[in-house]
Amino acid sequence: MLNKNEEKNLHNNQPEIVQKNQSSLYFFPFLTTFIIMFGVWMLLSGKFDPFHLSLGVISCAIVAFLSSDLLFPSPKLKGKLTVFIRWLCYLPWLTIELFKANFHVAYLVFHPRMMDLIDPRIIKFKSTLDSELGLVTFANSITLTPGTITVNVSIDGDFKVHAIDKASGDPLPGEMEIKIAKVFRKV
Amino acid sequence: MDNIFLYSSLYLSFLMVFSLYRAVIGPTVLDRMIGVNAIGSKTTVMLILIGLLYHRVDMFVDICLAYAMLNFIAVLAASRYFHKRQGLSDEI
Amino acid sequence: MDILVCILLFSGLFFLTAGSIGILRFPDFYSRLHPAGKLDTLGTLLALMGLALFSLHHFSLGALLTSLKIMLIIIFVFVASPTATHAIVDAGVRAGLAPWTKGEKRR
Repeated sequence: MLNKNEEKNLHNNQPEIVQKNQSSLYFFPFLTTFIIMFGVWMLLSGKFDPFHLSLGVISCAIVAFLSSDLLFPSPKLKGKLTVFIRWLCYLPWLTIELFKANFHVAYLVFHPRMMDLIDPRIIKFKSTLDSELGLVTFANSITLTPGTITVNVSIDGDFKVHAIDKASGDPLPGEMEIKIAKVFRKV
Repeated sequence: MDNIFLYSSLYLSFLMVFSLYRAVIGPTVLDRMIGVNAIGSKTTVMLILIGLLYHRVDMFVDICLAYAMLNFIAVLAASRYFHKRQGLSDEI
Repeated sequence: MDILVCILLFSGLFFLTAGSIGILRFPDFYSRLHPAGKLDTLGTLLALMGLALFSLHHFSLGALLTSLKIMLIIIFVFVASPTATHAIVDAGVRAGLAPWTKGEKRR
C-alpha cells in the first residue's frame, strides 16, 4: 500500500486527486485485515480489560496498515465475499473425499500383500483453471484426496501428480476440477 | 478419563518409535525428514494430552500452536536446504 | 459426551497408527509420503477435535477460548500439512530421485 502510493507520487505530476481516490479504495482492505487480526488477537490473549484491548488495537492497526496489500493484492473487494462463501460450501465435499482417501490408504497399509497392490506412477495433465488461488486450492485438494500427491504445478496449470495405484490416478482431473472452477468462476 | 488420556499418550510415544526408526534408518535424507515430520504431528496431539493430564490445557495449547508452526517451518526450511543432489548422492 | 470424545480420539489414534506403519512398510520415498501426508493429517484432525470437545466439558469462558484455540490449530494443520508434503516432494524431484515402479527391489 505504501509503495504503491509512493510510486504514484513519483510518477504523477498531479497526485492530489488520484491519491485521494486511492486511499478511499484502500480503506476497506485495511478494515477487513484489521478485523481479522483483532479477532485472532482476542482469541490468543484471552484478556478483555481495556489495557490489553488497547495494546491489541494499536499493534493490529500498525500491522494492517503495513501489510493489508498482502491479503488483498488488488483493491477491488467486489466478489471476494461470494468466492469465500462458495469456498466454505466446497469444504464439506472435500472432507468426505478426505475420509474416503484415508480409508483407501489405510486399507493399502494394512494389506499383507501390499507390494503387489500398489503401482506408483506419475501422471501429467493440463488444468483449465486460471486464477492462482484456484490452482493452489486444487493442488492442496489433490494432495489430500485418494492416493495422489501433487509433485509440481506451473503457473499455466501444468500438473504433475504422483499416484499410488492405477485406480486412484485415473479419474483426475475430473469432478474435483469442475467443482473448483465453479468456486472460482468470475462473479 | 484421565486414565484414557494417560494410556493414549503412552501409545502415541510408542508410535513415535516407529517413526524414529524411519528417521534413523531411512536411506535418504528426505526419508529422515518424513520421519521427523511424522513425529512432529504426533507431538502436536501429545502436548494437548499432557495438558489435559496436568489440568493446564490453557497453557499447553499455546505451546502446541507454536510447536505446530515450528514443525511446518522446519520442514519447509530443510526441504529448501536439501533440494540439491549433493547430500543424497552417496546414500542412494 | 465422553463416548463421543473417546470415539473421536480412538479413530484419530487408529489413523496415526496406520500412518506410522505405512511409513515403515511402503517401498520408496514417494509412496511413503502418501501415509505421511494424508493419514497423519486426518489422525491429528480427529484426535484434536475430540480433545477440543472434551475441554468444553465444564463450560466457561476460559474453556471456550481453549477449545477455539484447538480449532485454530486444526485449521492450521489442515492448511500446512499438504504444503509441507508438497515441499518434501519438490525437494525429491529437484534432487532427481526416480520413483519406484512395480517389480523393483524395495529401497
